[in-house]
Amino acid sequence: MLKALVLSPLIAAGIIGIFGRRWSERLIAVIGCGSVGLSMLLAFRVFGELWSRPPEQRVIWEPFFSWIASGPLRVDWGFHLDALSGVYVLFVTFVGFWIHVFAVGYMRGDSGYARFFAYMNLFMFMMLVLVLADNFLVMFVGWEGVGLCSYLLIGHYFDRAYAASAAKKAFIVNRIGDFGFALGLILIFATFGTLRFSEVMGAIVARFPEPEALGEIGLLTTIALLLFVGATGKSAQIPLHVWLPDAMAGPTPVSALIHAATMVTAGVYMVARCSELYVRSLTALFVIAVIGGVTALLAATIGLAQWNIKKVLAYSTISQLGYMFLACGAGAFSAAIFHVVTHAFFKALLFLGAGSVIVALHHEEDMRRMGGLKRVMPLTYGTMLCGWLAIAGLPPFAGFFSKDEILWRTWTSPVLPEPWGRLLWAIGWATTILTAVYMTRLIVLTFEGEERFARHAEGHALVPRESPPVMAIPLLVLAVLSVGGGWMGISEAYTGGRIANGFEQFVRPALARAPVHLDPSAIAVEEPDHGMELGLAAATALAVLATLIWARRFYQRDPLRPAPRLLENKYYVDEIYEALFVRPLVRGSTVLLWKVFDVALIDGAVNGVASAVAACAAVLRRLQTGLVRSYLVMILIGALIVLGYFVFIGSRLPVR
Amino acid sequence: MTTIPISWYLAVAAVLFTIGAVTVFVKRNAIVMLLGIELMLNAANLTAVTFSSYFRELAGQILVFFVMVVAAAEAAVGLAIIVLLFRHRETLNVDEAQLLKL
Repeated sequence: MLKALVLSPLIAAGIIGIFGRRWSERLIAVIGCGSVGLSMLLAFRVFGELWSRPPEQRVIWEPFFSWIASGPLRVDWGFHLDALSGVYVLFVTFVGFWIHVFAVGYMRGDSGYARFFAYMNLFMFMMLVLVLADNFLVMFVGWEGVGLCSYLLIGHYFDRAYAASAAKKAFIVNRIGDFGFALGLILIFATFGTLRFSEVMGAIVARFPEPEALGEIGLLTTIALLLFVGATGKSAQIPLHVWLPDAMAGPTPVSALIHAATMVTAGVYMVARCSELYVRSLTALFVIAVIGGVTALLAATIGLAQWNIKKVLAYSTISQLGYMFLACGAGAFSAAIFHVVTHAFFKALLFLGAGSVIVALHHEEDMRRMGGLKRVMPLTYGTMLCGWLAIAGLPPFAGFFSKDEILWRTWTSPVLPEPWGRLLWAIGWATTILTAVYMTRLIVLTFEGEERFARHAEGHALVPRESPPVMAIPLLVLAVLSVGGGWMGISEAYTGGRIANGFEQFVRPALARAPVHLDPSAIAVEEPDHGMELGLAAATALAVLATLIWARRFYQRDPLRPAPRLLENKYYVDEIYEALFVRPLVRGSTVLLWKVFDVALIDGAVNGVASAVAACAAVLRRLQTGLVRSYLVMILIGALIVLGYFVFIGSRLPVR
Repeated sequence: MTTIPISWYLAVAAVLFTIGAVTVFVKRNAIVMLLGIELMLNAANLTAVTFSSYFRELAGQILVFFVMVVAAAEAAVGLAIIVLLFRHRETLNVDEAQLLKL
């Protein structure tokens, strides 16, 4: 069943990729959405099967085929479904399906319709491989595969220079991260002699009972940090975050699916999958928490100052991913996964809403030329409001519960050193406020105030209309989940400890628990402080509410108020990278690699060999007389020389 | 019954080979040269068969079969070339077929 679940999008991708060019859009849409829909139904079935089992038996393992057997290296394709990958499979296929449906409307009339759906389906396959892999190498296949599809889809409009270069940028920046990931895999194999998750984690649990202390760079810390380098690339964390905003050059459904809901959370998935490893390295956890917190804050500040609607959402995504890593670093993996799920709902919704607006305005993405759309697009506006309140973290919308869980777990983190838990909590709290501000700005700029788009641009009339049902229904579905998606993980504090956090209960068996100590009694068991948790949550919620009201007024007064230069230019990170890495690399390549190595050495060697051959041939061709009898003489001489040689050898052998 | 000593066979083979070689080197007629080559090949075959029976080793006889197949192919190709040569030049003198000369 897992095989069918994974292979269904791959088969559809192959069919559409090979035959789709001649087919009608309707047929392509049916196959493209149908395969993902089938995956979704199968995902619901396997998830139901998983759910019906007792918690400690919630693992389904399906071997597929033996892939590599070389010396001690044995890698098999197998699919491993546990609570963690179950949650991922469920929301990846579900959100993926609805985004595919939305794309049917969004991509209508696009010349690359078949190509788009083939790549989208291929992406779904790769993402499912990544999530369901039972060993590191197959996961790496999915990891690289989603990167490839991301590249292909960012470059969907490859005839536009900025899209092509954005695709390359995403690919190259991801490669930097993947290099670290690959080194981590090699180190894991060298240490444990296997790449299977279950075996590696078992070996780690057995061989390393005590965590490596903060500041100690041991074996586990090295592996953990190398893998995390891969995660920073894929999940766009500082310093490898630069590719994600540029990735918005792709079609909006791609941004929603790959660059918001699913692929970019692969880094979080990987860290959670290796949680047994990470909880044994306090250094790695600390680094993850700090990078996550800093990324969350900085990306949110940049989001305040962007004018492109998709760029705001892109920085918002980076910021939310920072939250997830903050939770991982605090040892609260289940909170991170919870936020992954709720974020998938509301961020996909926001992106699709933005896509709906962009289509209505004939591919206008600049919010300075929007405004006043709530009158013509009431449904998009209404659903976007759900997404807005969800991401801002207003109760009872989805984002509130997951974000609050993360903040509380950071506050009480047992693994972060004092006073970093509180400090990172403060950073996360500030980010929540900033999130409310920039999202309000987006809503006000796009939907409220007066119309700033030209109704008669370039000679033809622009009449924005509400999107057709095929785009509206996904918005509605995701809006419902953005409202209610958080209720599956309500913290037990709200019921006074009577009803446990359902989401956490479910995923906990698949995750490690921090901190690790040989002796469980060594950990001071603290009574959970429900009062404190509720107090902080209420304070956050009230602050968010106040911010929303204030920001709405603030931006309604003057929507186009300029933002600080530093923020609008994204802290000049791109420029710094350009000066620090790109330009020296180009210069070095031009002077040394091109002029010296390529032209002088390699071309010189090749041309030298060629002219040497020509010179020899000029002499040797005189032997080619065309006279058969002269050849015969040469044969005779040759034969005599060979014969003479053997006679000579024979004469020196001892006579028997 | 007395067997014929091996040296006799070898002597015959040597004579055949020499005749063939001299034919190839001396004659200018392409067909005759081809005949000489065939003689040389068969001299070699005879040697192979001789040693094969002397050492009770089957490989020599198998080798001969290969040589015969190659010789047949070579004769076919050679004769075809000769036919074409004659059509174009109306001569079989190899010294006159020297267009490749620089």
